[in-house]
Amino acid sequence: MAEVMRPEKFDISNDTSSLASPELLHVLAVDDSIVDRKFIERLLKVSSCKVTVVDSATRALQYLGLDGDNSSVGFQDLKINLIMTDYSMPGMTGYELLKKIKESSAFREIPVVIMSSENILPRIDRCLEEGAEDFLLKPVKLADVKRLRDSLMKAEERVFKNIKHKRELEASDIYSQLKRAKI
Amino acid sequence: MGKCMQGYLDEQFMELEELQDDVNPNFVEEVATLYFKDSARLINSIDQALERGSFDFNRLDNYMHQFKGSSTSIGASKVKTECTMFREYCRMGNAEGCLRTFQQVKKEHATLRKKLEHYFQLARQAGPKETARRSK
Repeated sequence: MAEVMRPEKFDISNDTSSLASPELLHVLAVDDSIVDRKFIERLLKVSSCKVTVVDSATRALQYLGLDGDNSSVGFQDLKINLIMTDYSMPGMTGYELLKKIKESSAFREIPVVIMSSENILPRIDRCLEEGAEDFLLKPVKLADVKRLRDSLMKAEERVFKNIKHKRELEASDIYSQLKRAKI
Repeated sequence: MGKCMQGYLDEQFMELEELQDDVNPNFVEEVATLYFKDSARLINSIDQALERGSFDFNRLDNYMHQFKGSSTSIGASKVKTECTMFREYCRMGNAEGCLRTFQQVKKEHATLRKKLEHYFQLARQAGPKETARRSK
């Protein structure tokens, strides 16, 4: 009689390597100030995040492939977990960038956090209404970044666990079927 | 931080120091270097705008907004205070106030630069173990 393979031996239940590890969040940071770019990059690295920093909203859109010049094909694998952008920037503001991201079908689900040195309530309201995840007053604190990271990681872990659980169910389902068939 | 720095730098500077570790022992000095390079550029732009005599208060305020922003990020409290005053004069359209306050901005900025140069010199002499605060 042939041995029935246990679920653990199936590739589908073991192979979660294709899933992004829930550990390293990739953050895109946008700020026109060179000092603030250095600072936010360090905050994020200390918080164990992968960081990409750009100096303008235009460059952020280029990076995401939303500037209309590139086709979206090359950007399928781009995994950004969070966008943090300064509000006041020359050219396109952080608010305008937020709107463009929320209009995009590819990136609208990515949380966008606005940073500003000015505590202006109508500004905060406008950003939150447009779908900003959070509004942080500058200078940003390490505690703020860690809080964001923790809540995002919880969300990622849930997704990761759901996929893993689903695969385990699929594998054990096949196992039961094979056992019943006595193959 | 030392008595000579009191009043010149606020908690934000200490936050920057907290971000240093064995792998990045010069982070604060790197930030300071960037700050002084960037602020020199802004000071120059404001100087030129003021020398022209045509007071474009929007433009001046814009420059100062940037200057104030980076000064805040490094914890330069006295410079920040003077920047705020300058912006107030811009909002009021007070040219004389702007000129006067800008001299103060430059003075505080120069003082801070000297103090930080001295501070980093001492830190380098003390050695990496003294300056790195964060444990892994």
